[in-house]
Amino acid sequence: MTGYRLPTGGRINRAAPLTFSFDGTSFAGFEGDTLASALLASGVKLFGRSFKYHRPRGLVGSGSEEPNALISVTRGPGRFTPNLRATNVDLYQGMEATSQNRWPSLKFDFGAINDRLGMFFPAGFYNKTFMWPRSFWEKLYEPAIRRMAGLGQAPTDVDPDHYAATYAHCDVLIIGAGPAGIDAALEAAATNKRIILIDEQDELGGGALSDPTLWPWLERSLKALAASPNVQVLARTTAFGYFHDNFIGAVERFTDHLPGIPHGPREKLWRIRAAEVILAQGAIERPLVFEGNDTPGVMLASAAKVFALRYGVAVGQSVALMASHDSGWNDAFAMAGAGVGIAAIIDVRDVVNEALLTKANGLGINVRLGHSVIGVRGRLGVKAISVARNDGTAVSDITCDALLMAGGWTPTVHLWSHSKGSLAWRDDLGAFVPDVPNENVRCVGACAGTWNFGAGVVVDVLPTPKDPARLKAFVDFQNDVTAKDIKLAVREGFRSIEHIKRYTTNGMATDQGKTSNLNGLQIASTALNKPVTDIGLTTFRPPYTPQTFGALAGHAKGALFQPTRKTNIDSWAEEQGAVFELVAQWRRARYFPKAGEDMLAAVNRECRMVRSSVGIFDASTLGKIEVVGPDAAEFLNRMYTNPWKALEPGRCRYGLLLKEDGFITDDGVSARLAPDRFHLTTTTGGAARVLNLMEDYLQTEWPDLNVWLTSTSEHYAVIALQGPNARKVLEPLVEGIDLSAEAFPHMAIREGTICGIPTRLFRVSFTGELGYEINVPSAYGRTLWERIMAEGARYDITPYGTETMHVLRAEKGFIIVGQDTDGTVTPFDAGLDWAVGKKKADFVGKRSLARPDIVAPGRKQLVGLLTDDPNMVLEEGAQIVADPNQPVPMKMIGHVTSSYWSETLGRSIAMALVEGGHSKMGQDIFVPMPGKTHVAKVSSMMFYDAEGARLNV
Amino acid sequence: MILIHCPYCDEKRAELEFAYAGEAHIARPLDPSALSDEEWETYLFIRNNPRGRHHERWRHAHGCGRFFNAVRDTVTDKFETTYKAGEPRK
Repeated sequence: MTGYRLPTGGRINRAAPLTFSFDGTSFAGFEGDTLASALLASGVKLFGRSFKYHRPRGLVGSGSEEPNALISVTRGPGRFTPNLRATNVDLYQGMEATSQNRWPSLKFDFGAINDRLGMFFPAGFYNKTFMWPRSFWEKLYEPAIRRMAGLGQAPTDVDPDHYAATYAHCDVLIIGAGPAGIDAALEAAATNKRIILIDEQDELGGGALSDPTLWPWLERSLKALAASPNVQVLARTTAFGYFHDNFIGAVERFTDHLPGIPHGPREKLWRIRAAEVILAQGAIERPLVFEGNDTPGVMLASAAKVFALRYGVAVGQSVALMASHDSGWNDAFAMAGAGVGIAAIIDVRDVVNEALLTKANGLGINVRLGHSVIGVRGRLGVKAISVARNDGTAVSDITCDALLMAGGWTPTVHLWSHSKGSLAWRDDLGAFVPDVPNENVRCVGACAGTWNFGAGVVVDVLPTPKDPARLKAFVDFQNDVTAKDIKLAVREGFRSIEHIKRYTTNGMATDQGKTSNLNGLQIASTALNKPVTDIGLTTFRPPYTPQTFGALAGHAKGALFQPTRKTNIDSWAEEQGAVFELVAQWRRARYFPKAGEDMLAAVNRECRMVRSSVGIFDASTLGKIEVVGPDAAEFLNRMYTNPWKALEPGRCRYGLLLKEDGFITDDGVSARLAPDRFHLTTTTGGAARVLNLMEDYLQTEWPDLNVWLTSTSEHYAVIALQGPNARKVLEPLVEGIDLSAEAFPHMAIREGTICGIPTRLFRVSFTGELGYEINVPSAYGRTLWERIMAEGARYDITPYGTETMHVLRAEKGFIIVGQDTDGTVTPFDAGLDWAVGKKKADFVGKRSLARPDIVAPGRKQLVGLLTDDPNMVLEEGAQIVADPNQPVPMKMIGHVTSSYWSETLGRSIAMALVEGGHSKMGQDIFVPMPGKTHVAKVSSMMFYDAEGARLNV
Repeated sequence: MILIHCPYCDEKRAELEFAYAGEAHIARPLDPSALSDEEWETYLFIRNNPRGRHHERWRHAHGCGRFFNAVRDTVTDKFETTYKAGEPRK
């Protein structure tokens, strides 16, 4: 044999050679290789540097359990994926892969100084050392630790790939297509059930792929499954999480194994609901814990067998085995049969099955029973091992270039545990196996603990004559946790395995402890002198293996992250160059800048035009609820603070809605169209919340009321026409409605047509000017808008946005629920006593208005603020104090809720919630800001036209 | 994602169609003004937080829109039963 590629064997396609690069060096492999097998075949043993000590590391496993060989693959701009397990990366022509966590190079890594200083890095080191001084953590310690201890670099470019997502339903979902999973699928396929079989690898077969004697069976079985119309097979698909009611999340990978940048989605998220789940996830071999067990070239026996028999790669020219389990012997025999040189078999047991010894003798293999490996020579790769009798005598060296570990098996119960199935400890296996299911699920094959791997013993740390306090025997390779770290944690008083895990970080790396959890548990068990069953196992959580954010996000990114709701008039605003803002998913025009105008200039102009002539505003986003039925008035009377029963048809009322706790939750003007019909409006953001609240009372508290509620928010386009010329603009357009002040007063509604379109015409005002809100069926919104614009041209009609709307309403002291209130504001706090029906016996929230805390003095109350400097516009959210000279931290007595430049008044105005504000009228309060403390006088919120002369015209 | 049986639609549907609506069987007092502050506080704020069977309300918000009652085990997160509003406590 030359090199490490065996002359024959394996499932690779030797007729299809591939070239690729690793850290800039060119290598060759074959179709069917993984990055790991191709690099091994080229003699590469060093795959990465460890997380904390920067120790050189090689492969441990051959699949998802791999803790060390984390690499990055780049496929062009934006297509950089870090932290991939080389054992899971299917090779393609031209692959560019790089190692991680090393500088300047993998072979010479500056960070390896950590390893020399290892005695200074015990468990909890970071917690203990970098505590003081506190301010150093953020600026000095954390950035330095992050640079030194880490995984791959996070990609910085936007991911140009797209990701699909789907739901699927089936009768039987089988996870894992090894022999047990395939058998289960064949059995189910004979029924007429719908079956999905998924497997994370590129090829189905699991363990059978490294057992050539099973290949004919595998081929027959896969053909039979392919011929079954009721079986869907998903390869390259990882079931990463098991959720309630047999809901399984899985990610299928489409393109990462293909050269170039293929078309179509990169991955697909499957959300599968299954009547029954069968878990056939197999088992993972356990490493052994001894000094030097992390040297490149020390790996799991089962993984070495996979490389030999599936990929045709020898992990070494002369390979030794350290076993505590029969399975390692059989793996060594299989490898010997494939042409791999076996240097020695060392077994910690004094006695093993006679048949194994006979076979080893027949193959001429040097066997040492009752021995353990006590050291490994070679820093970047195994050169030799030191072996001693378990009593520490008879130390000798064995020359070899790879060392296999066979420490027994751990059933892969991750998904079972996600489903909250319980586990039972089996002493004979030294492992937890599935016990009582919590869903309709069962485990088959090795993940149920039924395997034919032979017998073994469980050893926490291999016997050694060396000082255990100085031993670098690794338990968790990826997080650099040693046996002595776990013992230290126990010495320092940690008892719960959950605490030991978090203190040492054992099992907390991206591999989630697939190879380390059980060894860690055994060591803790010995150190605590308690059986494993009294210590318990830490919780498995999704995902089983790391998944891309892309797959989980799917299409929900960028413009598709959430829906953008647009009114019928939105397109007009866009054509006019409006600046938009998002309000409760609605896209609303904020202001309409003319050439050269900034926001302030545009808003000032819009405000001037509304106050002096007429402005037009798209109010379509207002929430609307149609309330119909003989008990409609009674229902509203119970819901709102105001009295509704006496409201005449054709009239409107401002309604204030509380929750049962007495705090304001919504408001809006509503109209009575007929004795049994109301047109309610709510805030833009409150529409769904209000309907839900009303439905709740109607359905569950007052089911005797005969009332129907219908959301009509999107059924109407609403155009607000505001300003002294509003009536003149409207008059020529309206049919069947007398617009005169006498016939159609403020706070009234009329039905008729406008430009031939049926309308509910409200005479209401959120600006303090003569105003109308014209409701027409949504589809007519833009048509009507443009007709009004044409009609209003002679009055220089001016479209305005939400910013101007905010300024104009603030000048009148109208509140915005959610901006000037925050869920702790009562009607009295907000100065809305007048909207509370004093004579009403009950309404939602009434009783709470008499609660001791609500009537107590010192509540925060809504007031106006006028800054001493009229040009100073306070920041919204700024804190208010009574005495600016008190020591820091100052007592804050409130905050600014709304603040604007009022073009109408030629000065700034603000609203604020201030403790005892109503009794502070005319007093100075202070707003300390960086660099300057502003002084303001508490005032009424009615800054403009307090008597309402402009409304009633 | 849990499957929830809507007693009005008589179908098991995915959890994302439903909205949780707090503890069940807490009737609004017929005359709140007759209640003492303590009694009103109890109605308004005091809720059970049992380990195990919990009577709670759900709304089939993205379905029929109806509020209904359910018994859910707070340990296993499994629904024991669901029933229509107004039916006696199960």
